[in-house]
Amino acid sequence: MQGLGRLSQEQIVFGLAVLLCAGFAVALPGFLTTNNVLNLVRSVSILGILGVAMGLVVIGRGIDLSLVALMAISVAWTLSLIQGGMPLVQAIGIGLVFSLFVGAVNGWIVAYVEIPAIFATLAMGTLVYGFGRYYLFDLDVVYMPPAGAPLLWLGQGTLLGVPVPIYLFALVCLGGYLFLRYARGGRYLRSVGDNILAARITGVPVRPTIVMQYVLSSLIGYMAGIVTAASVASMNTRVAISTYVYDVILVVVLGGIGLSGGKGGIRNVIVGTLLIGVLLNGMTIMDIQYTVQNVIKGVILLTAIVIDTIVNPRDEQTAQQGDI
Amino acid sequence: MAVSDRIVRWRYRLVPDHLLGEILTKRWVDNAIPLLILVAVAAVFGWLIPDFFSSASISSLMRQWGEFTLIALALMIVMVAGGIDLSVGSTFALGNIVALALLNVAGWSVPAVIAATLACGAAVGLVNGVLVGYLRLRAFLTTLVTLIIVRAIVDMLLLKYSVAIAAAFVDSDLWYYFGEGDVLGVPFSVAAALAVALVAHLVLTRTRPGWQVLAVGGSRRSAHNVGIPVRRVICLTYVVSGTLAALAGVLFASRLGGAGADTGVGLEIAALTAAVLGGNSLGGGRGSAAKAIIGSIVVMIMVNGLVRLGITRGGSSLLLGMVLLAAVAIDVRWLKNRMKFLSKVYVSPTFAELPPAPPIEGASPYAVNDRLRPVEAIGLDRIDGPEDVILDEDDHIYVGNRTGDIVRFLAPDYTRQEVYAHVGGRPLGMAFAKDGALLVCIGGMGLYRITRQREIQKLTDETNRSWFSIIDDSRLRLADDLDIAPDGRIFFSEATIRYEMHEWPVDCLESRGNGRIIVFDPNTGKTQTVLKNLVFPNGICMTHDGRSFLFAETWACRVSRYWFDGPKKGTVEPVIPDLPGYPDNINRASDGTYWLALVGMRTPAMDLALKMPGFRRRMARRIAPDEWMYPNINTGCVLRFDESGRVIETLWDLGGESHPMITSMREHRGHLYIGGILNNRVGRLKLDGADEGWTGQKSYWGQDAARGRA
Repeated sequence: MQGLGRLSQEQIVFGLAVLLCAGFAVALPGFLTTNNVLNLVRSVSILGILGVAMGLVVIGRGIDLSLVALMAISVAWTLSLIQGGMPLVQAIGIGLVFSLFVGAVNGWIVAYVEIPAIFATLAMGTLVYGFGRYYLFDLDVVYMPPAGAPLLWLGQGTLLGVPVPIYLFALVCLGGYLFLRYARGGRYLRSVGDNILAARITGVPVRPTIVMQYVLSSLIGYMAGIVTAASVASMNTRVAISTYVYDVILVVVLGGIGLSGGKGGIRNVIVGTLLIGVLLNGMTIMDIQYTVQNVIKGVILLTAIVIDTIVNPRDEQTAQQGDI
Repeated sequence: MAVSDRIVRWRYRLVPDHLLGEILTKRWVDNAIPLLILVAVAAVFGWLIPDFFSSASISSLMRQWGEFTLIALALMIVMVAGGIDLSVGSTFALGNIVALALLNVAGWSVPAVIAATLACGAAVGLVNGVLVGYLRLRAFLTTLVTLIIVRAIVDMLLLKYSVAIAAAFVDSDLWYYFGEGDVLGVPFSVAAALAVALVAHLVLTRTRPGWQVLAVGGSRRSAHNVGIPVRRVICLTYVVSGTLAALAGVLFASRLGGAGADTGVGLEIAALTAAVLGGNSLGGGRGSAAKAIIGSIVVMIMVNGLVRLGITRGGSSLLLGMVLLAAVAIDVRWLKNRMKFLSKVYVSPTFAELPPAPPIEGASPYAVNDRLRPVEAIGLDRIDGPEDVILDEDDHIYVGNRTGDIVRFLAPDYTRQEVYAHVGGRPLGMAFAKDGALLVCIGGMGLYRITRQREIQKLTDETNRSWFSIIDDSRLRLADDLDIAPDGRIFFSEATIRYEMHEWPVDCLESRGNGRIIVFDPNTGKTQTVLKNLVFPNGICMTHDGRSFLFAETWACRVSRYWFDGPKKGTVEPVIPDLPGYPDNINRASDGTYWLALVGMRTPAMDLALKMPGFRRRMARRIAPDEWMYPNINTGCVLRFDESGRVIETLWDLGGESHPMITSMREHRGHLYIGGILNNRVGRLKLDGADEGWTGQKSYWGQDAARGRA
């Protein structure tokens, strides 16, 4: 058994993250302070939560490009409802129902209308953003009203000296892990991602499973949105049309969840999040221009996809015509 | 005829149901839905905004449309090859900023600027092409990432040069001509887009590279297997796409002369909507320049209409998202269900009332008997489906075989057989020409000639195209039986123009006049349709006067006579209007009368069903073809009649014990040879009192010709 060949992508990425960490620690003063490390983990925990959502969909051989747009619009709507004087719980409930509904529509379009997932969710992201901007609110940024103050703890509070978002990230990871590992739905999800035809033949309810994965992703996305809104006391809806969702994909692909589905788990998301977190944090400390950061992230994502394609080559026999 | 029957008959005569199925078989129907959407969108916005189509508003739209169409065309070319290029919006912005920077800041000359900008776009396309084509990455995700990277590069360039660009002034008429000039009264960008569209159309439909692109999109694996360099073709489509996007960027730069952060943002969604709405399939293989143009016009009208209506950016992205989803949904469902739908609606029965069937018992000339019982079998189980049987002067038997061969059984005992000629297709009716060549109608191929040296020659496989038929009826689908006039002209029947060989019983469910009789003149080489709208014309036999022929219409259960010469030229006369079964081949008998095969007998249920087209249509739509009610084509008989239509005798083998399934018979030297299209043998029956020396060749071509041939 050759040494490097036996290493999984997960281990390589983890190693890279550690190396990068060590490099930054040596090169950048103030990187390896407790404060900065907590700050680092806190800042990427939202990305990590979104990564879990995306990871679940990608394991089921889908992709959800509407994740961030849906998160932004549903949470922004919640905030504006609270502003309008609605009780906190009711507003959150409405936002959540909206989010789940759009997730179910996504799933229905992918599973029943049979539009390619990447396409359906891209269009859905545009649609949801347009819907929110046109019908729900007028401003780009919706601020957290005083009535929403109890929520702020979720984003800004600490527990035993550790920021709350980190607990939330851990909680979502644990939930995702248990779901994938022990729940029937999780097993269905993995089998659908691995080989949809075989899953169908063995009696897995393939289409409901696909709907479920998008509903799950919208649920987790909504949670991430609430945490986002709580940490900065506002929701900037322009994030919906930014490249943020590709950071999420970057986390997932870099962590080692193959885009062809069926492979990987929550651990991959954690590792990917760590690497991206270290990278982003380091670049920010080095004061690299935002646009240059974008180029760097893009190139890394491209490299990750190339490696993913080489490691998990598309099977020409089972790849479907029109699988773009 | 009852009043209700009359109503039904007029209903089916006036409403051409069969056209729906025929339209659906056409490729151009793919363009019909986008075109309808275009008309609807134009009508809606024209109605909402009173002066939407006024010339001032149009001319400002036109230049934008030209640039947008270039992007849509770029996307179309990539999509046709089965990929997708989302980076077009960023490449467009890159083209814009690069052109402006080179012109305003670096001070290059205009041609050099254009060349460099296009090269820049091509380079972006090349990166995409290498990644997607050679490294086989997923096109969608890869080009999304290049979209981000190129956009970030554009932002970096903007930070650096936007002030310098805004400050500089370009003194070049050529440069402003691109943005503001006209070509023959048409804005330059529109002219450029139309030129590119024309080239793209010609390349895709008329040249080898274009076909390769379509082939790769249609089926990547098959394209690879036939030797097309799949990876290179895919890579090149991205290069073309990048170049076109950069060209659009140059035009944009020339028109507005400025660069902003939002240039080309979201353009890929709009262009994608345009391409898909026009009918270019995601996944490739189906697409054209015309479709891209239709789609781009629709999207342009919608987006600008919303702006004119004062709806904000959110509204237009909501609408674009919905339209995109709807268009893709239609595209996906249409591709998936088109053939299913077609197979449901293609069979379109019509009203057909047959005259009452004469009895087949008692004193009727059709009375059932056992006279075919003594038939002996030739080549039993060694032949499959001899539709027609013919014998030459040396008494060898020739039959068509299902495997596409003409098989010859050798005289005198017919125990030895050989493949006389392998013609392919499905050999049906046969006749010997004066020079001894064997003429044969081949289902699926046309009319062929096999010389005595066994050389196979195509005589004809197409006839004149009808002006108003939707399906292309010039090509022969089901040439069935033929006979030769004394002057050498060959008259042959084509049973149906709507069905292929193996589906011939389905034509009965329609019982429309789908068939025709065609003449081929070997002297001029011309093929001409002589009689149209016949109900499954089948057997053809020259009468003894040499001026007319008899022909049988199977599903109409009648035999008619057509004069092609003489005083009655061009007229059709009924001979036997009311047969008790479905007639097939007709051939001459030795005493100047004619033999006729009935392939099956009519049944009261089928006769009734023919008067109920709605019933048959529901049947064809709702239940599987195996369960359909078909005419009986198992039990038939042979009968002899004269030119006046009098039936002289009938030969039956009730129960089919010696010879089931009869489609043809041929008299030769006192014997009758019987063939059947679903049979495994040739039957032979000794005829009492027939002329022992009579052969078909002598009857047609005289004693001398027959002897000379032998």
